[in-house]
Amino acid sequence: MSFISRGFSGRSRERDDRLPPGQTLVHDFPVLSAGPTPDIDTADWEFTIRTESGVHRWNWDEFTSLKIDDVDTDIHCVTHWSKLGTKWRGVSLDTLFEDIETEQDYVMAHSYGGYTTNVPLDELLDGKAWVAFEYDGEPLDPEHGGPARLLVPHLYFWKSAKWVRGLEMMDQDEPGFWEQNGYHIHGDPWKEERYW
Amino acid sequence: MQHVDGNSLAGPLAEFLAFDVTMATARCNGCGDTAELARAMVYTSGAGTVVRCRSCGQVLATLVESGDRAWIGFSGVSAIEVRRPGS
Repeated sequence: MSFISRGFSGRSRERDDRLPPGQTLVHDFPVLSAGPTPDIDTADWEFTIRTESGVHRWNWDEFTSLKIDDVDTDIHCVTHWSKLGTKWRGVSLDTLFEDIETEQDYVMAHSYGGYTTNVPLDELLDGKAWVAFEYDGEPLDPEHGGPARLLVPHLYFWKSAKWVRGLEMMDQDEPGFWEQNGYHIHGDPWKEERYW
Repeated sequence: MQHVDGNSLAGPLAEFLAFDVTMATARCNGCGDTAELARAMVYTSGAGTVVRCRSCGQVLATLVESGDRAWIGFSGVSAIEVRRPGS
């Protein structure tokens, strides 16, 4: 037992160790977009993975018939907000890549509306990323990326591309939209990889 | 022809970069539309500012700001016409 009391205010000043450096906890869900919100009917939606050997394609029914994971995770936006314990449902990229063989180590995610972001393949596998289509028990709202968005919670949230429509395998790591325009090529919130 | 180094840009580029952005005319790489930047569609969020072509919606320019650093990109613009004072 400690004889030194920090008083009642001590605990509140302790930093939550789930918050990366420079981040502030929020309870709402801020919306950040680089353009208009695309209106995508699930009847028209498709998801593709393009490798050196060809294109793998799923429509909405095929996609939502895959093994679905429940994901409970913290998310961290480069604009300094973090949200803890967010609840998602989606398909793991391990499931999507189960029958895909590729020698290419890098991925460019492409979205409806033209957004792109790059992630190394090994940072998408082994339970690290999903294509999510439910948030907090509801279908994913279009302003948060619905029908489906990439979810890569261990990187800053700009990597979790909203309205994702496909992954393109690449031999080299190449910058996506924000990465070309000032943001970090990798984006680890624990290392504060925010900008170039 | 020999080239000189970038220090030679100090005069002409300083003059250019002082232009009135809204009056400047930019050509969209995507559809070729040429219009004053004041007529572009601008989307602003905490992550940055994205300027899109009024005609095709392609990204013309981006602005990212962080404290004492800023990044200005004109990825979707082939050229910008600037009106020079007194000419």
